[in-house]
Amino acid sequence: MLHMRIAKRQEPLGLGGSCLVLVLALALSLALSGFLLFLGGTPPVKGLSTLFHGAFGSRWAFEDSVLKAIPIFLCSLGVAIAFRLKVWNIGAEGQFALGAVGATWVALSYPDWPAYFLLPAMIAMAAAAGGFWGLIPAFLRQKLRTNEIIVTLMMNYVAILFLDYLVYGVWKDPTSFGFPMTPAFSDNAVVGKIGSSSINWGIFHCLGLGFLMWGFLKFTRLGFELKAAGDNVAAARYAGIPYDRLVMLVMVMSGALAGWAGFLEASATVNRLQPSIMVGYGYTAIVVAWLARLNPLSIGIASILLAGLRVGVENLQLDLQVPAAFGGILEGLILLTVLAGGLFTHYKIERKRIR
Amino acid sequence: MKMLKVVLLLTLSLFLSTANAAEKEMKVGFVYVSPIGDAGYSYAHDLGRQAVEAMDGVTTSYVESVPEGPDAERVILNMARKGYDVIFATSFGYMDPMLKVAKQFPKVAFLHCSGFKQSENMGNYFGRMYQARYLSGIVAGKMSKSNIIGYVAAFPIPEVIRGINAFTLGAQSVNPDATVRVVWTKTWYDPATEKEAAKSLLDVGADVIAQHQDSPGPQEAAEEKGVYSIGYNSDMSSFAPKAHLTATVWNWAPYYTKVVEAVRNGTWKAESAWPGLAEGIVDLAPFGPMVPKDVQDAVNTVKAEIISGAKKVFVGPIKDQSGAVKIAEGVAAPDADLLGMTWFVQGVVGTTE
Repeated sequence: MLHMRIAKRQEPLGLGGSCLVLVLALALSLALSGFLLFLGGTPPVKGLSTLFHGAFGSRWAFEDSVLKAIPIFLCSLGVAIAFRLKVWNIGAEGQFALGAVGATWVALSYPDWPAYFLLPAMIAMAAAAGGFWGLIPAFLRQKLRTNEIIVTLMMNYVAILFLDYLVYGVWKDPTSFGFPMTPAFSDNAVVGKIGSSSINWGIFHCLGLGFLMWGFLKFTRLGFELKAAGDNVAAARYAGIPYDRLVMLVMVMSGALAGWAGFLEASATVNRLQPSIMVGYGYTAIVVAWLARLNPLSIGIASILLAGLRVGVENLQLDLQVPAAFGGILEGLILLTVLAGGLFTHYKIERKRIR
Repeated sequence: MKMLKVVLLLTLSLFLSTANAAEKEMKVGFVYVSPIGDAGYSYAHDLGRQAVEAMDGVTTSYVESVPEGPDAERVILNMARKGYDVIFATSFGYMDPMLKVAKQFPKVAFLHCSGFKQSENMGNYFGRMYQARYLSGIVAGKMSKSNIIGYVAAFPIPEVIRGINAFTLGAQSVNPDATVRVVWTKTWYDPATEKEAAKSLLDVGADVIAQHQDSPGPQEAAEEKGVYSIGYNSDMSSFAPKAHLTATVWNWAPYYTKVVEAVRNGTWKAESAWPGLAEGIVDLAPFGPMVPKDVQDAVNTVKAEIISGAKKVFVGPIKDQSGAVKIAEGVAAPDADLLGMTWFVQGVVGTTE
């Protein structure tokens, strides 16, 4: 019998080692999925190559994956900053919804404003609405000691029902035969596509915000306080870091980013507000944030990979008739193996000598 | 490096195989909103797809569980790029995405189910499910003792509202005291939520449960409580053998094969098709053994009248919940009004928001 034990490493695993663990984890999850494909009667290598081809194998596929990654990235960037402070914001979904609502309100109220004025106004409103939705649970957490996981989760339902109320009610397009959708936005309120590609200008919002976030965390005092307070609340308080304000700040930033994503989805991809805009990006964002260990650059990569996975699975369905549920399984396997692989950052497995 | 070559070769062979197939065989794609294994709406469409697959010289494929919205555009676009000749998108939310793709691929025939927009190469179609709902309402009205009929419904959109109204009119035609209580689930497919919604209706005394949902959840709730139920989409009797009176069912095969044949012959034109009982697109599932002969006969008589065109479902006087006359005496509501129906008839308990 093999005797193993888990021992703590003297030093955390270096960059090279971490990458190796990540690659091995991904390989393991792909091997397991290949096995599942095999069980389902699909040739595994062909299956995985079809998946890859559908995600990144052509210009179109790549564009589709990047396009889908945009809202995931922004939401994920948002939740990651809250997670850094160990504030568990599960509410990106609701903040996304309110952001879309805020942007839509501006777009419908002032359709004739020129684009250079209208779009920033929509962004500001979306970020304010999303940020406000993030502020409420932060305030309740610090003043009334409520649990932010429960509150943010519950507020998701409130936000989505509010969105439904608007599109089924006052904002319903009179020409839509009673179907729930607002009128289409005016051209001024639409974030356009870049050249002949299917990617919209939102990708530059992502790059800019991601870069800002990286700089904020790395170079500003607030960014440092955030990291310190996340590691040890008591020590941070003792050091004079205003913890309560910090919590509210990150939740507002978190909500504002999710709201921004809501703006981009409403403006660039759907060109109006409708209930089907809610497809769970706020929850996907949590998965991505953890896969990326809360690092902005890794979040970018992880969002594109996860988006690619979802896009590629459609190709797998279309060409090889693999059930849609396979995508969910593959996603779960990757998350599981990568997070489990994280164990090796601080621990190693040793063989125990048997006497 | 070797691995890379293998992958490249595989991709290349994939390319070649799709290219060859396009020359020889006609390719037909379907986009579904839910998994096909749900015995529901997508399952019914997939039975239609299988009939198309059985045609000579036609191959079909599908993508299931496609969320309505931006994802749908990508899926439809992908099919068009891969050389599919006919694409059916089977849920309302695919309308705008399909319209966008249709503009880019003028040679592909696009068909959208349950919407109202069309273009040169994009037609729309749906079935007059409300006719079958009217018939199932007669069954419910006859079988209910408490005169409270529960209706688990997905979203307050015209399709669903129309169905509830037709169902209620059917029930009232044989039982003027019948009321229909509506609970919205705000989901097409969520077995647990649907079942809970049905239970809430049972708690207020409903003794027949009807549904505009894609899972058999409400059927199971009725079965457990020992009351009756009416299924939707396909024959759901296997999920609730003691409760299942009948079901309003889709039968897409004749329509799908007809369209694909027309596209192949070059005779297809984008149109707005709304076939019903007469064309066999909608129907009732076989009656359960608990439905008495006289009820079955009464339903079949009305069915024959609707098929012959002698009877229409929405003929005035029809009042809304407030008692105001919405369809005047002797007037048959035009299709445009039916397609945009946003109000409940008298006798429905619930709101359309």
